[in-house]
Amino acid sequence: MKELLTATLVLGLLSVFTMPAQASPEEDLAKLRAFYKNRFPNTQFSDFKNGVYSIDADLRSQWEDIEEFPPYELNLEKGKTLFETPFANGKTYASCFPDDGIGIAQLYPFFDSNSGKVITLEAAINQCRAANSEKALKWKSGPIADLSGYMHYTSRGKTINVIIPDDPRAQKIYEQGKAIFFAKRGQMNASCADCHINYAGNKVRANLLGMAIGQTTHWPSYRSKWGGMGTLHRRYTGCNKQVRFKPYKAQGPEYTALEYFHTYISNGLEGNAPGNRM
Amino acid sequence: MRHTARNITTTVLSLATLLGALLLTPFQASAAGATAVEKGKAVAVNRKKGNCLACHAMEDGTLPGNIGPPLVAMKARYPDKAKLRAQIWDATAPNPNSIMPPFGRHRLLSEEEIDQITEYVYTL
Ligand code: HEC
Repeated sequence: MKELLTATLVLGLLSVFTMPAQASPEEDLAKLRAFYKNRFPNTQFSDFKNGVYSIDADLRSQWEDIEEFPPYELNLEKGKTLFETPFANGKTYASCFPDDGIGIAQLYPFFDSNSGKVITLEAAINQCRAANSEKALKWKSGPIADLSGYMHYTSRGKTINVIIPDDPRAQKIYEQGKAIFFAKRGQMNASCADCHINYAGNKVRANLLGMAIGQTTHWPSYRSKWGGMGTLHRRYTGCNKQVRFKPYKAQGPEYTALEYFHTYISNGLEGNAPGNRM
Repeated sequence: MRHTARNITTTVLSLATLLGALLLTPFQASAAGATAVEKGKAVAVNRKKGNCLACHAMEDGTLPGNIGPPLVAMKARYPDKAKLRAQIWDATAPNPNSIMPPFGRHRLLSEEEIDQITEYVYTL
């Protein structure tokens, strides 16, 4: 009984992680890494790219079993075919990207100083289609997830390197994404940070909560719950809905800003998309 | 014929009981005469209502989360029952950072349901 009460007190006093609005991206990153290192001393930094599997041995071995015959293999084949099939004008996706689009996903999302906007890989895919007079693809699943999954696959092992340039427009988008991550949302009144920073490693019912760093490295992912591949913004939609918050539009300014912040904090980790998840 | 009808009735009844046992708590089956404590437990464990087990260990509840402290020794922790009710109604009032959903303020539960949950939790 005494122990339970002590545990209660400790939990009750659990201090909340904050990132002051005026802190620089570098300061945010250093603070966050230190926080997780302290919370999960047995996890190597490089292993955070594996999400919850980096902190739970049982879940990890189940996941590794599935990875022997990954459910996303068919999607990779489809993605490769789409990527290599010429548009009506004879050009291919390769013509729109640096290095012909191979091994470059770790640089997304990036700030485009011409437009003043942040461009995600999926946005770049649809921009490429528009430039070649092709219709836009739907944002959350289907061909765009397969294409993005394939492009990420060719970038596996490369270090995530999202750059927040010294440009007030880029800083502003970063700040917006950070604010969204820390904002209490929905009828349940919970923020991304509540679940993925403050209570990372705890359980909601049987669901173990993963860490915010290393969370984007393996997206898009195949989810058994979906029976298919989905993009990061599709996952965001789910996390918003579960707190009864009306999700933003996929690839709209809010989720794009969120992805910019959220991917930046995985800098230094290896890309390992596509992932497979429950 | 009559025989079959009775069989069907029996089957339907036992199915209903079974479903009731699966979906609801044993207490709700006898909702008519249920006390506030019993009703409170039903609301507490219902995933669409209090869903307390999402975050708290509680009696014999299966697969509880561990976001919040186990609900034990409540009378010792809350000598004043009104404080317990206030915590359930809006945990963010004393602590804006609390991850606990403000059940009353955000109308996740009715005032009556919050009364009932308070009665139940106070017995733990
Ligand atoms: C009520 C708690 C909760 C909140 C709030 C929440 N999530 Fe989640 N999230 C989960 C759970 C549970 C999972 C599945 C386990 C895991 O991987 O963390 C998850 C998974 C994810 C994943 C996939 C992780 C992976 O490894 O595949 C991403 C990405 C994610 N959340 C982002 C967010 C973002 C961004 C927000 C805020 C908009 C958010 N979450 C809010 C509970 C939450």
